[in-house]
Amino acid sequence: MLDGRDSRLENHLTAQVQTHEHDVLVIGAGGAGLRAAIEASTAKVSVGLVCKSLLGKAHTVMAEGGIAAALSNVDERDSWKVHFADTMRGGQYVNNWRMAELHAREAPARVRELEAWGALFDRTRDGRILQRNFGGHRYPRLAHVGDRTGLEMIRTLQDHGIHQGIDVHMEYTVVSLLKDGERVSGALAYDREKGMLHLFRAGAIVLATGGIGKAYRITSNSWEYTGDGQALAYDAGAELMDMEFVQFHPTGMVWPPSVQGILVTEGVRGEGGVLLNKEGRRFLFDAIPENYRSQTADNEEEGWRYTQGDKSARRPPELLTRDHVARCIMREIREGRGSPHGGVFLDISWIKRRLPDAEAIIRKKLPSMYHQFLKLADIDITRQPMEVGPTTHYIMGGVRVDAETQMSSVPGLFAAGECAAGLHGANRLGGNSLSDLLVFGQRAGAHATRFVKDHRAGQIDQDQVDAAARAALAPFEGDGGEGGAEAYRVQHDLQEMMQDMVGIVRRESEMAQAVEHLAKLRDRAARVRVDGNRAYNPGWHTALDLRNLITVSEAVARSALERKESRGAHFRDDLPAPDPAFARVNVVAKKGPGGEMRVERRPIPEIPAELKQIIEEMK
Amino acid sequence: MNATFSIWRGDAEGGAFREYVTEVSEGMVVLDAVHRIQADQAGDLAVRWNCKAGKCGSCSAEINGLPRLMCMTRMSDLPLERPVALAPMKTFPLIKDLVTDVSWNFQVKKGVKKFKPRPPDAPDGTWRIDQADIERVQEFRKCIECYLCQDVCHVLREHHLQESFIGPRFFAYVAALEMHPLDTEDRLAELKETQGVGFCNITKCCTRVCPEEINITDNAIIPLKERVVDEMYDPLRKLFRLFRGS
Repeated sequence: MLDGRDSRLENHLTAQVQTHEHDVLVIGAGGAGLRAAIEASTAKVSVGLVCKSLLGKAHTVMAEGGIAAALSNVDERDSWKVHFADTMRGGQYVNNWRMAELHAREAPARVRELEAWGALFDRTRDGRILQRNFGGHRYPRLAHVGDRTGLEMIRTLQDHGIHQGIDVHMEYTVVSLLKDGERVSGALAYDREKGMLHLFRAGAIVLATGGIGKAYRITSNSWEYTGDGQALAYDAGAELMDMEFVQFHPTGMVWPPSVQGILVTEGVRGEGGVLLNKEGRRFLFDAIPENYRSQTADNEEEGWRYTQGDKSARRPPELLTRDHVARCIMREIREGRGSPHGGVFLDISWIKRRLPDAEAIIRKKLPSMYHQFLKLADIDITRQPMEVGPTTHYIMGGVRVDAETQMSSVPGLFAAGECAAGLHGANRLGGNSLSDLLVFGQRAGAHATRFVKDHRAGQIDQDQVDAAARAALAPFEGDGGEGGAEAYRVQHDLQEMMQDMVGIVRRESEMAQAVEHLAKLRDRAARVRVDGNRAYNPGWHTALDLRNLITVSEAVARSALERKESRGAHFRDDLPAPDPAFARVNVVAKKGPGGEMRVERRPIPEIPAELKQIIEEMK
Repeated sequence: MNATFSIWRGDAEGGAFREYVTEVSEGMVVLDAVHRIQADQAGDLAVRWNCKAGKCGSCSAEINGLPRLMCMTRMSDLPLERPVALAPMKTFPLIKDLVTDVSWNFQVKKGVKKFKPRPPDAPDGTWRIDQADIERVQEFRKCIECYLCQDVCHVLREHHLQESFIGPRFFAYVAALEMHPLDTEDRLAELKETQGVGFCNITKCCTRVCPEEINITDNAIIPLKERVVDEMYDPLRKLFRLFRGS
């Protein structure tokens, strides 16, 4: 770079970085971030909440089915112990057992607290919170509002939070964390409106940035989900764990092409919806996994009775865990028994053969699905089956945190919700995400506050600020690509590559190739040139997001290579069986001294006897 | 098949409609076309969006003059023999291209008195609520805060009464709180005095543009107007208030 140009850039930087100061800085304003911010603000520390979009638009708003909590309102046999055992079984026992325990114990209180803040859940006949069936949950457990539970939850938190004295920085994106020695001391961000840079000094930081869905072509995630929290933490020296476990939700829309990947709630199956191949066969009856056989109906009649609340019935195989259902759907498609547009059929309309007022029930229980298919696909789900196929939905892995406090291996840096790892193990149960956000958002907020009270704030190192600022503005000086479209092209190529090579069905050779491709994509991303200026420039934002996407993609690919077996959401064609040796380890990724990514197997701590006993009793 | 778009490009300083031609395929919505133009021809074209499924309310714009969500407007529902006009919402200050400054809405919401529940019904701290009592409120709670109703409301759009009128979105918000089965707060004085419910003259423009099909006028605004009239203008109640000292 020419000297003159460089110094102009420097002037530009120092003159225009605006400084903010908070005791606790929360990055991300979905369920976890909002809950953390509320908790910290209740303790009267100053709280800043940074969100990439407008407040209330985060992906939590898309959650449909419900919040899992053993309230035991619908089935008195439910308890935290059953919820704990279900979560561990769903996660194939590589979960952090302490997180699974805390989650199951604390979720009911977190749900009731939402009601005290104004949330209105659907009710039982005697006026309590109604709970619905969902995959992998033994009893009806999900508190819900039709099929728009996420909207109810985020709006409740948002509307409660705005009266808490939280400083909300909307449409700000954090590009780098700053450290003082080992501990975190701040963050550098840009605002979308003007493209100004902002320095946040903070006593503690909570990452609550959600997932990495945009690393894949077919996804239910929006543009925001570029692995920011995971990559920021990784670059700051924290460990990532379980990154090989990416959840492909079995039912995303497949047609028309422009809606491919948009989520179709599991609630459809919870209400009696069935999966059919083109021959009209309920193919999920064909392969019920051994560890679920005793809990699963072996005939259609029993499965139907279960969805209608018969407590003596076992659940239909459509309500097996998401990893299993997604793989069965892939099998049908691959073996030529799929639907015309490359999916399978999901039919709820058939319940009219059982229930006289089926149409009204469907519209009442699944209003947004009805609306979504009618508007976007010309399908009336009360009359016709939907076409569905797997879509990248969620990552079980993320920042490795302490179960009690949610603090990462970097002092003062916390993580909660999807960007943290541990609770879900190898596969997340539906409904366990919203409860995760509440339980661990609350814990992260409380412990970040405690950290701030126990430690003096760290110093800001101006060299780090300058380096981060220079990196943020580099795409305006890049030399890669013509016409400002290169950022979008690199993103597209990355998504195609991850979809094909580190997707639902994985192979050693393809994943190794993916790692090589990622190095090339990283070079291209580093040289991307963007058009226009800093004001609300999506090309620039995309260029910056790419760095995070590539980091998390590499973590997914390398962790998947390291786990030489199939387990939960991680399925390897070349090693299709689980290996007991891998049941005892998590895969951890960390930045090495030379900047290279290192992965290692980390033994899972011994599970205490009383929890082990619960698991055994529920088997 | 190709379609031509006439998209507003510019910021608060000024700008103009610019034409873009892009390919349209089956099932596409307007937002898909905007993304395609962004990726191929105009990398810095500003557009706000998130879920692309009509659930977050981010991608509001004026499509051929009508306030709509870009993600829920199918290309097949638009006449393509002439350019599709895409403009930012007019009621809010422009930031850039299709993105407007909607922060006023967030300020307004902060000014509405928060939810205040009655004491719990059961010793375990929970409440008992009849499903029938929540359904009326659930309609308002479907709101995705796209602000299309605010955009179309002439009290805001033409008369700029932002200082003394909170707009249809927040009447629905107040209605949801007022009709919440557990809420004990009273918001009627503000509705009349500072939130300007009287300015609405029931033209129902807001209801017509609501992508969630919330019956804002009939189910929220009119009942609120009635409550204000009952409470503020009923002579008996006036007397009662006098004695109560409020």
